[in-house]
Amino acid sequence: MTEAINKPRCFQEILMRLQAYWAAQGCAILQPYDMEVGAGTFHPATTLRSLGSKPWAAAYAQPSRRPTDGRYGENPNRLQHYYQYQVIIKPSPPDLQALYLGSLVAIGVDMDLHDIRFVEDDWESPTLGAWGLGWEVWCDGMEVSQFTYFQQVAGMDCKPVSGELTYGLERLAMYILGVDHVMDMPFNDPDAPIALTYGDVFLQTEQEYSRWNFDVVDTDMLLKHFEDAEAECARILAQLADDPKTGRKIIMAHPAYDQAIKASHVFNLLDARGVISVTERQAYIGRVRALTKACADAFMLTKAAGAA
Amino acid sequence: MADLLLELFSEEIPARMQKRAAEDFKKVVTNGLVDAGVTYESAAAFVTPRRLTLSVTGLVEKSPDVVEERKGPRVGAPDKAIEGFLRGAGVTREDLVTRDDKKGEIYVAIIERPGRLAADVIAEVVETTVRNFPWPKSMRWGTGSLRWVRPLHSILSILSNKEGALIVPIEIDGIVSGDTTEGHRFMGAGRFAVTSFEDYEAKLKANFVMLDPVERADVIWHAATNAAFAVGMTVVEDKALLAEVAGLVEWPVVLMGDIAEDFLGLPPEVLTASMREHQKFFSVRNPKTERVEKFIIVANRETADQGATILAGNQKVLFARLSDAKFFWENDLRVSLDDMAAKLSNVTFHNKLGTQAERVERIAALAREIAPMVGADADLAFQAAKIAKADLSSEMVYEFPELQGLMGRYYAQHAGLPQEVANAYEQHYSPLGPSDDVPSEPVSVAVALADKIDTLAGFWAIDEKPTGSKDPFALRRAALGVLRLVLDNEVRTSLNKSFRLAFVLNRLGILSQNAYSDGIGGLATMRLKQIADIEFGIKIICAVDGILILVNEERLSNNNNTVASMDENFRNDEIDLLSFFHDRLKVYLKDKGVSHDVIDACLEMPNNDDLTLLVNRANALQEFMNSDDGANLLQGYKRAANILKAEEKKDGVAYEGEPDVKFATDDVERALFAVLEVEGGAISTAIEAEDFAAAMAALARLRQPIDAFFEGIQVNADSAIVRRNRLCLLNRIREIMHRVAIFSKLQG
Repeated sequence: MTEAINKPRCFQEILMRLQAYWAAQGCAILQPYDMEVGAGTFHPATTLRSLGSKPWAAAYAQPSRRPTDGRYGENPNRLQHYYQYQVIIKPSPPDLQALYLGSLVAIGVDMDLHDIRFVEDDWESPTLGAWGLGWEVWCDGMEVSQFTYFQQVAGMDCKPVSGELTYGLERLAMYILGVDHVMDMPFNDPDAPIALTYGDVFLQTEQEYSRWNFDVVDTDMLLKHFEDAEAECARILAQLADDPKTGRKIIMAHPAYDQAIKASHVFNLLDARGVISVTERQAYIGRVRALTKACADAFMLTKAAGAA
Repeated sequence: MADLLLELFSEEIPARMQKRAAEDFKKVVTNGLVDAGVTYESAAAFVTPRRLTLSVTGLVEKSPDVVEERKGPRVGAPDKAIEGFLRGAGVTREDLVTRDDKKGEIYVAIIERPGRLAADVIAEVVETTVRNFPWPKSMRWGTGSLRWVRPLHSILSILSNKEGALIVPIEIDGIVSGDTTEGHRFMGAGRFAVTSFEDYEAKLKANFVMLDPVERADVIWHAATNAAFAVGMTVVEDKALLAEVAGLVEWPVVLMGDIAEDFLGLPPEVLTASMREHQKFFSVRNPKTERVEKFIIVANRETADQGATILAGNQKVLFARLSDAKFFWENDLRVSLDDMAAKLSNVTFHNKLGTQAERVERIAALAREIAPMVGADADLAFQAAKIAKADLSSEMVYEFPELQGLMGRYYAQHAGLPQEVANAYEQHYSPLGPSDDVPSEPVSVAVALADKIDTLAGFWAIDEKPTGSKDPFALRRAALGVLRLVLDNEVRTSLNKSFRLAFVLNRLGILSQNAYSDGIGGLATMRLKQIADIEFGIKIICAVDGILILVNEERLSNNNNTVASMDENFRNDEIDLLSFFHDRLKVYLKDKGVSHDVIDACLEMPNNDDLTLLVNRANALQEFMNSDDGANLLQGYKRAANILKAEEKKDGVAYEGEPDVKFATDDVERALFAVLEVEGGAISTAIEAEDFAAAMAALARLRQPIDAFFEGIQVNADSAIVRRNRLCLLNRIREIMHRVAIFSKLQG
């Protein structure tokens, strides 16, 4: 009975409860990164901040773009644009599993009625040169989160180790709200004067982007964008650390990393357009990884990474 | 006597690693204890998702005192030598005694090692074990440097005897051992202390943890079969899934649910694959309808609503999964197999060997050639091969790769294709391993052979042969598959002929990938699409090779690009690939009691690319060599061969002339002439008829006259003519025996 009372009523309420919960656990609540990324992990708050020795705790929602997953809004749970909720804590606290379970309670999962399981699932991101061990978390057979202890990012050992939690927000919310098609899910309070569903907010954009991703985006332009981002990233990192104008030491790890993010997204778009062969695919992934690695190396020389 | 209880409590251990981890835990700890002199009576290891537990009983409480004697320098040796010895042995002069030795009086150090307390040894062994545990994959967490499969939280370590239990103090990376643990993550009542293994096991159970994985698996299987039985159904047995599921729960609760009517029309394998792969559900089959109609899930807890919420949640997830599967199935049924096959031109098989579509063209051409030799209709084999890979582009196989072939069979049946074609679809991947069933339907055999021979020729052509332990494309398995297909079905075929076609097709394919321009690639592709004869294919390759030389591209051969030199290249490829098969054959027949020298003796006979013939010959020869006659005849053969070799070397001539009976001086010699005349003819006739048993029987009849000859006759007679005649007679023996096998290869 507690479950009924405690149950959130809409998508945004679940997001807001997660924000409140992780804020209460001491995380800095960040906003989404203002660039197109494929997953919450790409946010520099995770990729770069998981490097180096400085403690870090942050949580944020991140719109994630997966051009190949576009289904014109017709598939009940596949979207080319969806939200990941991301928590990153360095070093990983000993009670991270308990904290995570607390977050499920906070969004209305009654631990006495459900079957929660931690099922082996190792995580790897070839474009980030990153991997970690952990689980996918099951609630009654449904995967509701990814739980990972980062071991390496950009090819470097994570010391200390960060704990990363990723919630696929739409899927989790559909489960909690008992909705079968994502587009039918209440976005705001269903009793609000202007009640909006997820479809009211996103159906049209799913259609527009699906068409653009698959059939319209100019691949020649994308290929050029990829090259440009790659070149700019290298150019930024080639600058001397000492800024001649301010006389300060300013390593531009983040602007360079933005270019790596850009290259990665352009690659995803090219992939969705089907213009990348299997062999080329590996080569592109290798090029993005090289960019990430160079940015991470630069970041390691900065204060945020704990360098003097 | 004391008992030890160890528990390493961590976050969730992957199910697939648990069994091995428990075995390793037991082995490493008990070995460590025994090595340090702490012996025990029995040990048992257990594992749950969150703990590795070891119970060791009947431990000695102290390792025995050990006295070691070490020989040192002789009495009166220089002080330096004696001091060095004392340092090395870790003793003082007072610990030395003197003894008589062969060399005279020497010093002997008496080194006493007092026994150690079991607790001290345990602490050391546990620390070493934890720090060096052989996890297949391990990790760090937080700020620590310790590696474990997932974060390690606590160590329970107690040593108990009649007087009570004591904690064995251990500290590893800040984790201090104690006598407490906790039960089920959700149902348990927090941490509790334990005093013995029995106490531990009982308290765990009270806190909803079944410690023993075997018990959990039993409970699950029992409850599952009972639940199914109650509704007149049976659980589809799946041992691997049972072990996995038992590794995902500490308190198994079996729940059974219905598969919605909508999905019952799906092939049962699809239901099972979908439920097993994604949800780890067991399938429940209705024997009356032969359909999978229900599923069983294993939850990790009891709930106030008897699992209703859990079941409903799982059912919903399953509904979504099966909706996907149904969507794939229906979409696939809407696409014709030809259209599916056409899509394979977008699927790369290997970047040098082209697409799956090109591969299918090759396999189809090969299957048509092979068909008559396996008794299959050539057109049916061609048709079956053409679509045999089509399901690789189906949505269902994309989702469940393990259903390849099987889905093809369903789609072929749906399309109303002949049953042989549908069956070949499923069976052409077989045999996959040494114990896998070998297809016997002719069309299936033809396509299965074509599939494997194409793979082998392709990777041979791009020089990706297996080396040592590396065989990334499973070529050894493919070759063994060909062997078993040929031998089990007693197929009579020249492998070289199939190899030639496969090599030519693959070379054309490679050219169409790598060629300098679309024009050249197009030429190769065009040829590939409508192969009629090998020679024309070779001419195309020569032509393309010639063009490539002109444009400075990589060439195919170092020879002049003539048909003759290209032919030689192909011949070399064939020899190389065939010898790979012969190596596989030796391994295969060794297990069947045919020794490698017997095979060697048969390998050099004509038509050694006809494996059935080769193996028939080898089996007959092995049987003959196991007999008295065989072993003795071999001795006679060796004697003849040795004499010939020596005399031929001495005289610098080969005694290959016709021996003439008129120069025979002795009855024994004349008898040998007579028998060679008769049996030589019999052997030729038998070999001609491939009647190896008859050939061996004829050989057996040579034994006695040959023995008698060597017994009574001096080969090196005084008369040059008689000597020469006898040497030619020995050569005749050799020549006649070589009609059966090359006996010089035999050992014995």
